[in-house]
Amino acid sequence: MTAYETIILTVITASTPLLLAAIGELVVERAGVLNLGIEGMMAMGAVSGFAMAQVTGSAWLGVLFAMLAGVAISMLFAFLTQSLVTNQVATGLSITLLGLGLSGLIGGGFVGMPGIKLDYVAIPVLSELPLVGKLIFGQDPLVYISILLTVGVAYTLKKTRIGLIIRAVGQNHHSAHALGYPVIKVRYACIAFGGLTSGLAGAYLSLVYTPQWIENMTAGRGWIALALVVFSTWLPARLAAGAYLFGGVWILGLYAQGMGVGIPSQFLSSLPYLATIIALIVISTNRRLSVINTPASLGQGFVPDR
Amino acid sequence: MKKLLTAAATVALASAMSMSAMADKLKVGFIYIGPPGDHGWTYQHDQGRIAVENKLGDKVETVFVENVPEGPDAERTITRLARQGAGLIYTTSFGYMDPTLKVAKRFPDVKFEHATGYKRADNVATYSSRFYEGRYVIGQIAAKMSKSGTAGYIASFPIPEVVRGINSFLLGAQSVNPDFKLKVVWVNSWFDPGKEADAAKVLISQGADIITQHTDSTAAVQVAEEQGVYAFGQASDMAAFGPKSVLTSIIDDWAPYYIARTEAALNGTWESTDTFGGMDSGMVGMGPFANMPADVKAMAEKTTAAITDGSFHPFTGPIYKQDGSLAVKEGEILDIGTLLGMDWYVQGVDDQL
Repeated sequence: MTAYETIILTVITASTPLLLAAIGELVVERAGVLNLGIEGMMAMGAVSGFAMAQVTGSAWLGVLFAMLAGVAISMLFAFLTQSLVTNQVATGLSITLLGLGLSGLIGGGFVGMPGIKLDYVAIPVLSELPLVGKLIFGQDPLVYISILLTVGVAYTLKKTRIGLIIRAVGQNHHSAHALGYPVIKVRYACIAFGGLTSGLAGAYLSLVYTPQWIENMTAGRGWIALALVVFSTWLPARLAAGAYLFGGVWILGLYAQGMGVGIPSQFLSSLPYLATIIALIVISTNRRLSVINTPASLGQGFVPDR
Repeated sequence: MKKLLTAAATVALASAMSMSAMADKLKVGFIYIGPPGDHGWTYQHDQGRIAVENKLGDKVETVFVENVPEGPDAERTITRLARQGAGLIYTTSFGYMDPTLKVAKRFPDVKFEHATGYKRADNVATYSSRFYEGRYVIGQIAAKMSKSGTAGYIASFPIPEVVRGINSFLLGAQSVNPDFKLKVVWVNSWFDPGKEADAAKVLISQGADIITQHTDSTAAVQVAEEQGVYAFGQASDMAAFGPKSVLTSIIDDWAPYYIARTEAALNGTWESTDTFGGMDSGMVGMGPFANMPADVKAMAEKTTAAITDGSFHPFTGPIYKQDGSLAVKEGEILDIGTLLGMDWYVQGVDDQL
């Protein structure tokens, strides 16, 4: 494998969990809900996926179970914030704490076990192509799923009736309600989708990225995903760009260190965040772009007036 | 009513009894930087805590707080443990140094033990292990096993403890192959499996065929296994994560120290001391030597034995700094002060501090 292939493959591996977790949160926020529990849902996905793969010997069952676990914990969030109308910020934070703690408890028996890795799909012939073959046709399956999800979300939000309803609910829940849309149900569904992709992101960590279970292995990626959603101004294409930018700058930083470039490593480590901030500033200078997509009802509880 | 009063009295008595029982026990607190399930640094400290519990369980009660960030949070957490009646508190990461001293000043009756630091007080002792002894041994193995003559080192934070390990590794390697090169990547984190794995991939793509790490997870070992290069376990035996790649592991064993110090606190013989235990005291050990030819194994065993009986010190001159200046004269041993505050690389490191 050439150096340039390795760099790009490493960038993709570093970016995919961010993209997976963020694309779900983007839909959640488009529906007007702020779920700060990504980190916890990811941790639950990671431990559930790992445990299932260990017990059954199948990484795919692990992936499936991770998604179910993500949905399950997100439903707790949905019940609290939608049915009981609790504060979304506080509830989201407690979901993060719960998920991290619970995953540590569940995973206690799985620490120190080498994991089962989800196999690469190497499409015959095509993956043998020079230069681009391995990069385009030789990735692990979840990378393709993350791209399909991004395209799917972009299309659904922009072109379909369901997308229109989701955006309406997030823009002004009272109007959406007056028009007869089931605001709470739509939000439940979007939160479940967010849980699903966060669970998937967790599975990516424990079954692809580093196939093992360690407590706190999410190491703050849920928070980066959350920041990326704001960074993207709630647009899926920008979200994907942001995730790859973040992963790319991070890996290049490591690369520069290995080459002995002589730039302080602390500076290189902070580069991805610096790049994100600069991009945010550039975006925010264009007020029209940044305001037009912001869900106006973001983070507000909805109680239907009868 | 009478029944109720009797019940209340019983409850009160029972709780009073249990309280007196608790008062007899020494409460021993541990502050961890990561989760006990990291299978690395914190895991080994927790094994030490469990050993204390097993040995002195009738006289002590242990509590621990995991995932405590270095900084203001650490101070708050240590204070809380002290307030809750802990008589002896172990703070197990370098960055807890100043918080530990601050809290110790406010709780003069509580005894503190800070791992890997260099600041002490009447009620603050320090302890560390001479991990660099193990690093020298794996450096020698690395130079024998490497085909490219380059190793990759995944480092956490540029503090003396880590720099010392890098230097010792390279000195060991150069004792076998004087031209051996070392690439260093800093991930600026003690614990982030994903980043550690990324760093390993980057180093391998840049020509390193030996990976070693001074971070707390097993991720780098897994990458090495997958890509078919050699690796070493850090802090605990990581052979299970790299059956074909792990050559050996440097194992931290805190149990003897924790038991001895906790016993001293119970007996009233506890004093503020500075312990720097190595292979001789069993605080640093080597895992099984695997995946290597018999002559390499024999060499590693010989070096381990020489360091254990004190006949050899990894920082024996001549040692040259990165800029080519002589740091230690031939036949002399680097003084302990320089060793503890090490802030320079030896010649051959492909990185700048």
